[in-house]
Amino acid sequence: MIDKFNIGRRALLGGAASAVAFGLAGGAQAQKPLVVGFIYVGPRDDYGYNQAHAEGAAVLKKMAGVKVVEEEKVPETVAVEKSMESMINMDGATLLFPTSFGYFDPHMLRMAAKYPKIQFRHCGGLWTAGKNPMNTGSYFGYIDEAQYLSGIVAGSTTKSGKIGFVAAKPIPQVLRNINAFTMGARSVNPKVTCQVIFTGDWSLPVKEAEATNSMIAQGVDVVTCHVDSPKVVIETAERAGIYTCGYHTNQAKLAPKGYLTGAEWQWEKIYVDFVETMKKGGVPGNFVRGGLKEGYVKNSPFGPAVSDAAKAKVEEARKGIVDGSFAIFKGPLKDNKGNTVIAAGTTYTQTEPVLEGMNYLVEGVLGATS
Amino acid sequence: MDGSDIGLWGVPLAMLAGAIRVSTPFIFVSLGECLTERSGRINLGLEGTLMMGAMSAYGTALLSGSPWLGVLVAAFVGLLLGALHAALCQLPKVNDIATGIGLMLFGTGLAFFLGKPYIQPKAPNLGALDLGAWSSIPQVQQALQVNPLFLIGIALAFALAWALKNTRWGLIVRLAGESVDAALAIGASVGRVRLMATAVGGAFAGIGGAFLSLYYPGSWNEGLSSGQGLMAVALVIFARWDPIRCLWASLLFGAAGAISPALQSVGVTQGYYLFSAAPYVLTLALMIATCSPARSVRGAPAELGAVK
Repeated sequence: MIDKFNIGRRALLGGAASAVAFGLAGGAQAQKPLVVGFIYVGPRDDYGYNQAHAEGAAVLKKMAGVKVVEEEKVPETVAVEKSMESMINMDGATLLFPTSFGYFDPHMLRMAAKYPKIQFRHCGGLWTAGKNPMNTGSYFGYIDEAQYLSGIVAGSTTKSGKIGFVAAKPIPQVLRNINAFTMGARSVNPKVTCQVIFTGDWSLPVKEAEATNSMIAQGVDVVTCHVDSPKVVIETAERAGIYTCGYHTNQAKLAPKGYLTGAEWQWEKIYVDFVETMKKGGVPGNFVRGGLKEGYVKNSPFGPAVSDAAKAKVEEARKGIVDGSFAIFKGPLKDNKGNTVIAAGTTYTQTEPVLEGMNYLVEGVLGATS
Repeated sequence: MDGSDIGLWGVPLAMLAGAIRVSTPFIFVSLGECLTERSGRINLGLEGTLMMGAMSAYGTALLSGSPWLGVLVAAFVGLLLGALHAALCQLPKVNDIATGIGLMLFGTGLAFFLGKPYIQPKAPNLGALDLGAWSSIPQVQQALQVNPLFLIGIALAFALAWALKNTRWGLIVRLAGESVDAALAIGASVGRVRLMATAVGGAFAGIGGAFLSLYYPGSWNEGLSSGQGLMAVALVIFARWDPIRCLWASLLFGAAGAISPALQSVGVTQGYYLFSAAPYVLTLALMIATCSPARSVRGAPAELGAVK
């Protein structure tokens, strides 16, 4: 492959390749730090998705022999390939975390084929053995477990019986969160309905505020969201005096009165684990998943409006999820059009790949995927 | 939920509420652009001014604790950016379209750079007047929560229309836009008139930005404007450079932007991507409906290079 390039590039790539080899032997060459690259789609202090990853990266920065390079606001286009190449060639990164959903296919896969010695781990992508290269992989947390618990709190707190969900796009991870949140709420109050509004993109502050307001106008009194930064939704809801459940990180500060709880990531668990494996000369797992039990996700501390009864129900469900006696997605389960999506007698454990291709909204959700 | 369940009536009401909530930045930016273009200069950089206004207002409100001081600072920053644009355009052989695009990128980039520390903290909000207290329907009460800036924007539209038509100052601005020769003949300095009009136009756009970050959606982040400044510039063209029509067009855009969430919230969920595109479809439709091969754009200031 190098033969295709002219002399100048060959020299450059050669230098980069030796840097790579050097980096890979990190354990032996203790003076050369392991360089880890993080790429975020938005600002890393957005109270949201990117901040959750950046908090994980911040933990790595404190580790000895690790150097973290970060780039924010990288769009899900060829731009991310350039970012990855510059992290590999200029900074000598050997482990890359392109964290946004749209980075995986084709951008990360293309870079992985070009740089077979670099380890790429993507957040949320559906890595398939045999189909995707072995130097790539994906990790994700079963945040729907935390969403289910948030849903229990929402269902116990709502007075109107209407809860709301501001969502960006109808992709499987988002739908799974909406479904888990709704099922959690309906597990304590079967009459609850969950209104979903799709804004169309990950960060559209005006649309998010508009979506929140139009739900409030319909009588929704607990709202949560799945967008890059929940800040706008949480603040809009707090101003209108309704309750909120957070997402990605803890937003309690934004809504001291109405914040009930929230589904939060704990990426540092995964990142520290991956980096330690790399430092020992190993390779991080290709398909890493975990939920409440593994500590990859958690719920925010309860806000002042949460009743003791709700807390007890959450605790009970949490125990069931952690010890494996309770599964969120089990049959018979109907979607909101009346079709049976999980047959009676079938129970999907969280690792089930079918769940990562979710394309329906369950009974009780008001909304459509297209 | 008796009384609050108003079903499909929620849609027009939500669109009205959306028009009131969303349209204010459009009003201010389009009025600013209207004034600038009436003086014969085009300023495409108002998107950047909007972002700088939003950022500086948020930062000021955060540090001083006074949101209204933030609005003032945003207006001042907008004034400076407008004056910068005007000053650059007065240099010989400078194209105002290119300068405007340059300043748009400069303004947004600078706002992102300086705004980094303000993404997370929470600044005080401008607040709203409850004009819907007479109604017992919560949706109506919610829809009629009006920010004073919205009312100021409406007043400004009428004031600007009146001033352009009836004052000597308005006459000179229009002259600079319609005929440089005539303006020179009455002894007005075209350059100075355009400088002032562009600077004041920038100040309006800055206030529009302050509304975004201090009232609705009410926080500073980098996706805040999502092209609203650019849309407002386009809006001036089909508002035919008339401040009152700018106001109606802004309200229409605000309402169009509220269609998608409003329809989804009452259960019309099919095709929301299409509804999300409503403001853009509306722009195109209005452009097509108002264009004609037989004449150049009606109402355009004759000295405006872009539409000659």
